[in-house]
Amino acid sequence: MTVKITIDGQEVNARAGDNIVDVAAQNGVYIPTLCYTRGKPCLGTCRTCSVKVNGSVMAACTIPVREGMEIDVNGDEITDMRKALVELLFAEGNHNCPSCEKSGRCELQATGYEVKMMVSRFPYRFTPHPVDHASRSIWLERDRCIFCQRCVDFVRDKETNQKIFSINGRGTYARIEIDVELANKMPADQVREAAELCPVGCIIDKTQGYDVPIGKRKFEVKSIRERALGGGHR
Amino acid sequence: MSQETVTEIFSHELPATQWDPKKKAIEEAKIQVAMIGFCGCWGCHLSFLDMDENILGLLEKVTITRSSFTDLKRIPHHCTIGFIEGGIANDENIEVLEHYRENCDILISVGACAVWGGTPAMRNVVPLEECLREAYVDSVTAVSGAKKTIPYHEDIPKITNKVLPCHEVVKMDYFIPGCPPDGQAIYKVLDDLVNGREVDLPTEMNRYD
Repeated sequence: MTVKITIDGQEVNARAGDNIVDVAAQNGVYIPTLCYTRGKPCLGTCRTCSVKVNGSVMAACTIPVREGMEIDVNGDEITDMRKALVELLFAEGNHNCPSCEKSGRCELQATGYEVKMMVSRFPYRFTPHPVDHASRSIWLERDRCIFCQRCVDFVRDKETNQKIFSINGRGTYARIEIDVELANKMPADQVREAAELCPVGCIIDKTQGYDVPIGKRKFEVKSIRERALGGGHR
Repeated sequence: MSQETVTEIFSHELPATQWDPKKKAIEEAKIQVAMIGFCGCWGCHLSFLDMDENILGLLEKVTITRSSFTDLKRIPHHCTIGFIEGGIANDENIEVLEHYRENCDILISVGACAVWGGTPAMRNVVPLEECLREAYVDSVTAVSGAKKTIPYHEDIPKITNKVLPCHEVVKMDYFIPGCPPDGQAIYKVLDDLVNGREVDLPTEMNRYD
């Protein structure tokens, strides 16, 4: 069923039930996302895709379109709110791009550029986060985790479907954990997929380092905005 | 030795070659820029030079006063722009940054260290004492037989507990991220400022590494 909605005042037709992020992208409007990836169930954890729906702030990936919805994506206030959400992530973790293996293919970094972040308006916290390198092929760099839960939900043991990653603790004590036994059973391609799925440089494939020269890295070749608007999987 | 008996001579009090008055008048009519590097690697200063031939056009409009390039150790008079590299890691950095704030209309944080602490801020997750102990007392490269001590003297600046971004010490007006920022990104911001345009670093020029 087709419904009529407006995005930033522009009337568009959409398939009922599709989420706002996808519908906006189909109509050339980019909404940044960090936990949501097209083709996978919505997680709604990062809130980076926040837009105004009929005046209320909502995470666009969690909302299916309905007839008559008025969506504000690029208004000044909501644009600044999304920027603030990204700035919070940079202030909360220790995101040292110059020393990160994920730099250039990091979705958080690429999103920082898209929301025009120059500096975080929040005080940088510099909380120590212990690194976990017990697993044979995965290096867990907790400084960079943004708690999107992509790995928790989508990376599972091939045999038992058990979760390999989990979040332990709540609030400021929350931290990402890895089940070393299950992680050691992961085939090489699953390790690569998990590292790729991580929007930041938290899950690092121990066999992969700085292997692409500056200027030719993923989001330098094609920006995260172009990838999001281009359709298909990012 | 008491404070009174110490004779201090500052470098700006030493005899120096006088400027040609005509040349001096031309330079003083330009937009004055002062530059400084705090806790950083001077890479942003090198990146400033990397703007290549653009620097010629820029120097038609601006003149550089205190900086490592000119070897001037003091801001000679009020400046329009202060170019700040590096994070704040000791009490002398704080003092000098405050001096820049008082003597410049516009301050720009240039590079990751000035913007959020950068690589020196990697020590922020370690207590200061542990950090100094590792560097001076338990250092694997310490000279054998030498007395192991953490240096302390009234003339040595006192290290802050954490490396601070410049904007947590004084108000900063603009930020150019990057480690270092591209020479063209630095040029874009300075060119916007000297031509009275609103500063706008485009998304494709912004980078954090």
